[in-house]
Amino acid sequence: MRRAYFKNNWIAALMVTPQLIVVFTFFYFPASQAMYWAFTLEQPWGGGNTWVGLDNFRAILSDDLYWSSVWLSIVFALGSTALAVGMALILAIFVDRQLAGYKAYKIGMIWPYAIAAPAVGLAFRFIFSPGAGIMMFVNQVFPDLWNPVENGTQAMAMVILAGAWKQVAYNFIFFLAGLQSIPRSLIEAGAMDGARTLRRMRDIQLPLLAPTFFFVLVINITDSFTDSFGIIDTMTAGGPSRATNLMVYKIFNDGFQGLDYSGAAAQSIILMGLVIALTFVQFRYIERKVHYT
Amino acid sequence: MAQISIRNVRKSYAKQEVVHGVDLEVATGEFIVILGPSGCGKSTLLRMIAGLESVTSGDITIDNRVVNDLEPHQRGCAMVFQNYALYPHMTVAENIGYALKVAGLPKVDRLARVQAVATSVGLTEFLERRPGQLSGGQRQRVAMARAIIREPKVFLFDEPLSNLDAKLRVQMRHEIRRIHNHIHATSVFVTHDQQEGMTLADRLVVMNKGVIEQVGTPEEIYHRPASVYVGGFIGSPAMNFLSGQISAQDSAVVLANGAKIPLPVPLAAAHDGQFTQIGLRPEELALVPAGKGAFDAAFEFAEELGAARLYHFQFEDLMLTVLSADKPAVEKGKPMGIRIGAGAVHLFAADTGKRLSAKVGSRERELV
Repeated sequence: MRRAYFKNNWIAALMVTPQLIVVFTFFYFPASQAMYWAFTLEQPWGGGNTWVGLDNFRAILSDDLYWSSVWLSIVFALGSTALAVGMALILAIFVDRQLAGYKAYKIGMIWPYAIAAPAVGLAFRFIFSPGAGIMMFVNQVFPDLWNPVENGTQAMAMVILAGAWKQVAYNFIFFLAGLQSIPRSLIEAGAMDGARTLRRMRDIQLPLLAPTFFFVLVINITDSFTDSFGIIDTMTAGGPSRATNLMVYKIFNDGFQGLDYSGAAAQSIILMGLVIALTFVQFRYIERKVHYT
Repeated sequence: MAQISIRNVRKSYAKQEVVHGVDLEVATGEFIVILGPSGCGKSTLLRMIAGLESVTSGDITIDNRVVNDLEPHQRGCAMVFQNYALYPHMTVAENIGYALKVAGLPKVDRLARVQAVATSVGLTEFLERRPGQLSGGQRQRVAMARAIIREPKVFLFDEPLSNLDAKLRVQMRHEIRRIHNHIHATSVFVTHDQQEGMTLADRLVVMNKGVIEQVGTPEEIYHRPASVYVGGFIGSPAMNFLSGQISAQDSAVVLANGAKIPLPVPLAAAHDGQFTQIGLRPEELALVPAGKGAFDAAFEFAEELGAARLYHFQFEDLMLTVLSADKPAVEKGKPMGIRIGAGAVHLFAADTGKRLSAKVGSRERELV
C-alpha cells in the first residue's frame, strides 16, 4: 500500500488536532469519568465520592432486574437484526434483479436511515397506537387484540419493528453494493450450468455475499445495543412493567431518574465492554474467515 | 454433436441495432472462429447462441430446433468465458462438478466424472484448491473442464485466451485444438486475435460493424479476401492499399502518378475504367534496384524481425511495407524498385470495397 508522508511533523499534528480534541472531549473523557464512577460511590448532588472497589459491579450482577434487561437487550438485538437483515436482503435482491420499479425502491429505501431514532419512535408510536389509526380499527374488529401499553410482548415486538425499519436502509445499501460487485459472468456461468434463479441465489450470490452479511450482522447487533435508546424513550419508556427496559435505557433510567450515578456508570462499562468484544469478533474472526481471493 | 443455423439474426439495444441480420451455418463437429475488432457484434452473436442475450429477430436453431426462447441450459451449450467466471467460493472440483450437482447426479458418479475430466486437462493435483490459488493457465483449464464435463453438443468460447500471456496463449491454443480433435463438439470461438483465428479455425467468420464480411477457410480468407476490410484485417503485417484506375488497353491499374501495375487481361477487360483499391501483401512484394520494379518508392526505415525484416517506404502520400528475408542495400530517402509477385494483386472496387473478379460469360471465373 502506498502511503503519503508529511515532511513536517507539526503540520501533521496540526491537522489531526481538531479530530483528537473532539474524540477526547466526547469519548475518552466521559468514558474515563464513567470508569472512575463505576469504582466509587458518587453522591447524587455531587460533592465527594468514596472508593468502593467492585461493589457496584457486584450489586448489578446480583440484581435480577439487571439480568432481565440483559435478556431483553438480547431479544431486541436478535429480533431487530434478523428482521432488518432479512428484509434488506430481500429488497436488495429485488433491486439487483431490476424488477419493475427498482429505481423508485432504491431511492425510497435509503431515506429511513437519515431519520433520527426518536423521530422513528414517534412515527411508530402513532402507527401502533391502540387507540388511533390502523390498530384502532384492528382492535374494533378483534377487541383487545393489540395493546402494547399493557402487553409487554407486544411492546417488544413494536420496538423491534421500529428498530428494524430504521436499520433496513443501511443494510440494504451494503447488500446492494455487495450483490452488484459479483461479476455478471458468474451468474451467467451458473445459468449455463443449469442453475435457475433461486438456485443461483443460494449457490452463488448468497455465499459470495457472506463477507457483507457478517459485517452487517455485527454492525446491526452492536447498533441495537446502543442506538435503541431513542426508540425506547419515545415509544415505551421501558414499559410496560419494564418489558422493554433494555440495557441502554436502564442506564439512563438508573442514572438520571434514580440518580444512582455509580450503578449506571458500572452498567455502561459493562455495555461498552460488550460492544468492544463484538467489534473485536468482527475484525478478528469473521473478517478473516469469509474472504475469498 | 450438433449443427447450428443462424438465420437473419438481428440484435438491438433500445433503438440501436448492433447485429444487422447475420446468416451462418455451422456443420456438426466444425470449429468455427468468429473474428472481428471489439464492438463488431461477435460476442453478442455468441451470447445469443448461448441464450445469455435475447434475439431481437431471426432464428437460431441447434439440431433443427429453434432455441430462441429456450433457457441457456436447455440448449446443450457449454461456454468458456473471457475472465473464466469460476466460482471463487468453491474448490476446483466443486467448480467442475457444479453442473452435475445442479442436474442432481449422485455424489459418487459426480466425483468419478470430475476425476476423469480433471485428468484429461491435467488438473488432478489442484482439485481441492480454490480458484484464487491458481495461475491464469490453471484457471483456464478449470473453465475448460467445467465446460467439458457437461458433454455439450455445442462448445462456445468467448475470447478465452485474451487474459493469458503470449506464451501461455499459444500453449492453450494447442490444448483447445487437441481437446476439440478428441471430443469433436461443434465449437464457436470468438476472438479479435487473427493469429488465434487462423490457427484454430476450420472455417473463419470475419465480422465488422454487426455484419459478416466473409466466411471461409483461413486459407481462402487470406488468399481471396472478399473486401477491403477483410484484406486489411487479416494478415500481419497488414496489407498495403493503393488507389488507381483500371485500364483494359494497358491491361493494368494506372496509379495517380502514372505507374502501372499489370493485371491479367480478362480481369482488366471486365472492369475497364473502374476506380479501384489495390491490395498488396507485404510478403508478396520484393525489393529490386530502382527502375526495375513496377514502381519506385523512397526508403524510410526498417524493422528487424529476426528471420526477416520489414522495410517501410514512402510512396506518394502513403506508407508502404515490404517483408523481405534478404538484405538489400537501402539508404534513407533513396528510391528502390518494388516488384509485385505473380498473383499478388487483390483488386477491390473503390466505392463498395468489394473484391473485383473477372466474369466470363455467365460463369464467374476467378483469375486473381
